[in-house]
Amino acid sequence: MARPLINVPPKAKRGQTIEIKTLISHIMETGFRHDNVGKPIPRNIITSFTCRYNGAEIFSADLHPAIAANPFLSFFTVAAESGTFEFEWTGDNGFHEAASAKITVE
Amino acid sequence: MEKDATRRDVLVAGLGAGLVAVLTKIEPAAATPATMQRAIRQVVGEAPVRKGKVTIEVPALVENGNTVALAIQVDSPMTEQDHVKAIHVFNEKNPLPNVISARLSPRAGRARIATRFRLADTQTITAIAELSDGSFWSASADVIVTLQACLESLD
Repeated sequence: MARPLINVPPKAKRGQTIEIKTLISHIMETGFRHDNVGKPIPRNIITSFTCRYNGAEIFSADLHPAIAANPFLSFFTVAAESGTFEFEWTGDNGFHEAASAKITVE
Repeated sequence: MEKDATRRDVLVAGLGAGLVAVLTKIEPAAATPATMQRAIRQVVGEAPVRKGKVTIEVPALVENGNTVALAIQVDSPMTEQDHVKAIHVFNEKNPLPNVISARLSPRAGRARIATRFRLADTQTITAIAELSDGSFWSASADVIVTLQACLESLD
């Protein structure tokens, strides 16, 4: 069960640089740990993240097992126009999660 | 009878765990500075990597390596002509040398990313920024870790 948390300012002035913060609940199992009988626990991580602003990709990232559980990402963008941010996470075992946030630019 | 079977199970399980421990000792448990250099070369190719422009914000002393706040900032005007295309972070002693590779565009306005990552040991972190003119800039930071991440077993 993965529920993303998105923090985008609801309103911004045109041309203002805004910070976007995202957090998604995910175990990010490294694949290097063993359970209590010594059996390796298979890797289960989010491998990539993408953010689109009105359809255009503005930020993406490849994540590796070194990223902590419940991956947090923060980045910036210039508020150009009102519209929607779309966020997408994909990972091992067919993991896929999407979220969106609206912004009003004045 | 029932008791004997239980004891045998315990012994077999113990033997199996011991065998796994021996087997895992043989393979390298961590990336080394050399594997980090190889991982960096895979990203930058033959291009020279210069020191500067990049700032790493990470605590110098970390109590819990399972989640460590990390921010990378690059000194760049972020215009169409001169911007940061990508930020890569590498480590020396986790099982794998890569941490994150982020791709930015001039629309970012500000070349700064933040995340939380894991540290398996006291080590040096290296961040590399790829600029739009094709140059690479880097910075390194030393982190002391008291509780290590990645390799612990579940109880």
